[in-house]
Amino acid sequence: MSARRAVVIGAGHGGFTVCATLRTMGWDGELTLVDSDQMLPYQRPPLSKKFLAGEETLSDTHFRPPAFYDDHDIGLVLGHRVIGIDRAARTLDVEGGQPLDYDHLVLATGARPRQLPVADISSESVCHLHTADHSVNLRERIAASERVVVIGGGFIGLEAASMATHAGKEVVVLEVAARLMGRAVSEPISRYFHDLHTGAGVDVRLLSTVSSLQQVADRVELRLGQSRLTADTVVVGVGVVPNDALAAQAGLATSDGILVDAQLRTTDPNISAIGDCARFPHAIAGSQSAIRLESVQNASDHARHIAAFIAGEQPSPYDVVPWFWTEQHGRKLQMAGLTPGYDRTEIVETTPDKFSVYCYAGTELLGCESVNSPRDHAHARKQLAAARRSSAEPSPPVTV
Amino acid sequence: MPKVTYVQPVGARETIDIAPAKSLMLGAQSNGVEGILGECGGQAMCATCHVYVDSKDIDALPPMSEDEEAMLEDTASERKPTSRLSCQLEACDDLDGIVVYLPEEQAL
Repeated sequence: MSARRAVVIGAGHGGFTVCATLRTMGWDGELTLVDSDQMLPYQRPPLSKKFLAGEETLSDTHFRPPAFYDDHDIGLVLGHRVIGIDRAARTLDVEGGQPLDYDHLVLATGARPRQLPVADISSESVCHLHTADHSVNLRERIAASERVVVIGGGFIGLEAASMATHAGKEVVVLEVAARLMGRAVSEPISRYFHDLHTGAGVDVRLLSTVSSLQQVADRVELRLGQSRLTADTVVVGVGVVPNDALAAQAGLATSDGILVDAQLRTTDPNISAIGDCARFPHAIAGSQSAIRLESVQNASDHARHIAAFIAGEQPSPYDVVPWFWTEQHGRKLQMAGLTPGYDRTEIVETTPDKFSVYCYAGTELLGCESVNSPRDHAHARKQLAAARRSSAEPSPPVTV
Repeated sequence: MPKVTYVQPVGARETIDIAPAKSLMLGAQSNGVEGILGECGGQAMCATCHVYVDSKDIDALPPMSEDEEAMLEDTASERKPTSRLSCQLEACDDLDGIVVYLPEEQAL
């Protein structure tokens, strides 16, 4: 298709990249980017890394300066929420704004932090880390704190823990599962980062469930079964929930994310969904499943795919090797492929702080997790991409 | 302030003053220079801020980290001996007047 009017909801990595790519491709249709956040579209990775550590300013996190949007004829509708999609009329209902008409709509609505299932967390000392406002707030709070308790031993929680430790704070990490980052990485990587945090002075407590949080004077008291812990600041990093309510309300199929096909189209061909909010088909170890990923790479690659489609190209089905990175205590972890479900690992070690874990299901390489080994990561990405290409090709005819 | 000249594949040149210690990637983005994506935010993780440094400036460049070296193997446009990631080059007096050429493509 070549649409004449495209509207993108959500100005994160996915939404921004759709707009920037469309203009780079020379597409000259009407283009509007809507977000409920007032801030000029910005990047999220620095919010738990360089910005949180005080090494960058907020304007460094902007994708582009304001003039970029004028120069490229990208209409910005910031600080307004889309509250309804009229699919028959192809019109969006914008809270406090003019309705927006579209030929093609891109839902890049992202995700929001999951709330803790405990009462009384309205305290200002209990912080999330998802938006620029969160990061600005958390940076100030951590500076004024002695003890920081992080609930959740995933990427965001551990990046925050690392930053707070280096700011000289006493840090406790509470993780409900038996190992850190257990949803995303292999056991050897969990162990390595556990030791790294412990060695840096972080008090890591596994199998720890917070039963209540309570404001006591200007501190927060946490209860963990029988024991108690007080904190000046609590960071909650227990995962995110996809923003799929708008899609569901419009009658599009959702299931922990907006369901899309291999072209990233929802059940309405005039609407696509990309990035954190989209659940898309992906073959893992020979079987097809529907996955949802929360990463810059995923959002950006989805965005380029859908931009090509809007501009009138006929892209082949979306099939890209996922990759991701995190940085904690100055160590870089890069992941290529998706390793959950592995049954065997091979570790290639250069030094104890420089190694890669290759994860397999049977003979198939699922992914590679590299600590301070960028070359292994780059090679693994290529190897995984080549394997996907060859498995996507039809088998040669059998000759007898 | 150090001056940096960016040259587009079609030949258009823009010369920008960039604050010392700011990367050539951020300097391009915040001044509206096209052709640098910088998808990972300047962590040498994605190879979408690839530039070709003018050969006259090669000797003034800082050495390449292993991260940058590895990511340069994954550029969308051909890697050349003058290839660098602009997120890893900080504006400074030594690089005042540097000229960098943008590749045709930054993402596959």
